[in-house]
Amino acid sequence: MQKQSSKRADDEVPNNMEEQIESSQRGKLRVKTESKASHEMTAEEVQAFPSCELLIVGGGPAGLAAAVSACDAGVTDILIIERDAVLGGILNQCIHNGFGLHTFKEELTGPEYAKRYEDMVKERNIDYELNTMTLDITPVSIDGVSAGCLVTTISKDQGLKRIFAQAIILAMGCRERPRGALNIPGNRGAGIFSAGTAQRFVNLEGEMPGSRVFILGSGDIGLIMARRMVLEGAKVLGVAELMPFSGGLKRNIVQCLDDFGIPLFLSHTVVDIKGKERVESVTIAQVDENMKPILGTEKEFEVDTLLLSCGLLPENELSAKAGIELSPTTKGALVDNSLQTSIPGIFACGNVLHVHDLVDYVSQEATLAGACAAQYLQERTAKSQDSCATEDSKAIVHVIAGNGVSYTVPSILRLEHLEETTTIRFRVRAVFSKAAIQVTLNGNELQTKKRPVMAPGEMEQVILKCENLLSALKRSRETGHLENILEISIVEGA
Amino acid sequence: MSQKTEHLTCINCPLGCALEVTLEDGEAISVAGNTCPRGEAYGKKEVTNPTRVVTSTVRVKNGLRSVVSGKTREDIPKDAIFAIIDALAHVEIMAPVHIGDVLVKDIANTGVDFVSTADIEAV
Repeated sequence: MQKQSSKRADDEVPNNMEEQIESSQRGKLRVKTESKASHEMTAEEVQAFPSCELLIVGGGPAGLAAAVSACDAGVTDILIIERDAVLGGILNQCIHNGFGLHTFKEELTGPEYAKRYEDMVKERNIDYELNTMTLDITPVSIDGVSAGCLVTTISKDQGLKRIFAQAIILAMGCRERPRGALNIPGNRGAGIFSAGTAQRFVNLEGEMPGSRVFILGSGDIGLIMARRMVLEGAKVLGVAELMPFSGGLKRNIVQCLDDFGIPLFLSHTVVDIKGKERVESVTIAQVDENMKPILGTEKEFEVDTLLLSCGLLPENELSAKAGIELSPTTKGALVDNSLQTSIPGIFACGNVLHVHDLVDYVSQEATLAGACAAQYLQERTAKSQDSCATEDSKAIVHVIAGNGVSYTVPSILRLEHLEETTTIRFRVRAVFSKAAIQVTLNGNELQTKKRPVMAPGEMEQVILKCENLLSALKRSRETGHLENILEISIVEGA
Repeated sequence: MSQKTEHLTCINCPLGCALEVTLEDGEAISVAGNTCPRGEAYGKKEVTNPTRVVTSTVRVKNGLRSVVSGKTREDIPKDAIFAIIDALAHVEIMAPVHIGDVLVKDIANTGVDFVSTADIEAV
């Protein structure tokens, strides 16, 4: 049966938001298909939409902590948009313990950690909308000055809805790399799951995805699920990791594999999957230094299930569409020290910014994002305090990943937003032992910290003292440096 | 008097310090490689009496979800893990269930309660 065309907007999630905006707004937005740099609107047009001061996309650990922090910093009109039926995000299915040692000084499970933040949000009467998907974020300017964003959401109860927000915090989290992105040869029978999907089945739905399991990738979720499947009665025959080192935390290797005698095959990958209807076996082989399988090293495992734990990718479709500059390494937004993206008033935190190992650090980062968004909103209200903005405070420092470092967050320090201390988080490219983390400013050493062991699977950080950085900048300026480069690098043999 | 050393990875936090525990006549006398006091305590305990917190799920009747997650309120001897899992196999709880509710008292004679770690409201 043909649908009535006038009902279309209510019945379907549009594939093309530009088209959707055009049809339903009847030309209210002047710019539609050009780059999303900023849509020019009049103040009256903006006022026609329901509004909020701060809109947070995502009600997981990052979104909740950001909301609490922004509220405590004085933002009264906050709205969290969450697509699931509950708050808490991925923590709800992470029923294992080990969360909150830094934040709450005790060891909690995922749902307990989520509940603490959920309670904080509810105590503060912060608004949130569940079962609501954010479809689009369009930066808006009034008279050439950036004013905020028009956010499009959709839900069963309210249909398509547009909200004007003065500031945005992106907290959408990340996604697992699926089979399609891994190029695994073999049949396409049922029984191949991402580790997180299996986790959801087992821990939230109470269903077992299979009984004999092999796991590709030694990411934390894969390790956690190895143990979980064993406890639920499955046989886990092994975990294969392409790299010569594990991608997960050491504690998970000990607690999830060693405790249960599950073998970890480093420098191995899956080279074949058999089973047309359902997985029947998985064949792994050792790989050489170019990651090519070595003939003759194949091992076949009779299993009905293959779990994939091969990395997480920040979910940034919304950010890219909004025109936010993304890092090719993290796939998250490029941010400054206030976690502001390339678009003023849009902040990012948590796994949508870069994938974290620990929720405690997500909460810390989100708390900073919330406070910075609050400051942004207050400064906008106070307006032009340019008199106190000296040449010095307008300066920026570029943060770059040096030897052995794959990325840094933030990638820019704006001195006007410099706090007493600034945390720079990063990952190393390879396993280092007896090395040190060195920070240099324009080639001159600022600080060096010894680190006995570092691995790509565990996020590292350096904490810069404002006074040290400022005095180093002063020295540097005296020697005639114009562009300031802060480089984080790994020094071996320290 | 016999002395030996055991190498293990501390699991208290994600730092995963490489510990070297020295045992004398089956007793842990010193720990090296740790970066905090908890590492020392863990190192000594892990070579003499290893313990773990066990987390799993229990069936729920009449709830918005069919299972609720839970944990042993404290850590239990490592070799009791499967006895605890067996003890949970046929447990069924009526919703509502809330964080901290006791799901199984003194599970598998460990002296430790198995408690809920999530809220499941009734249908």
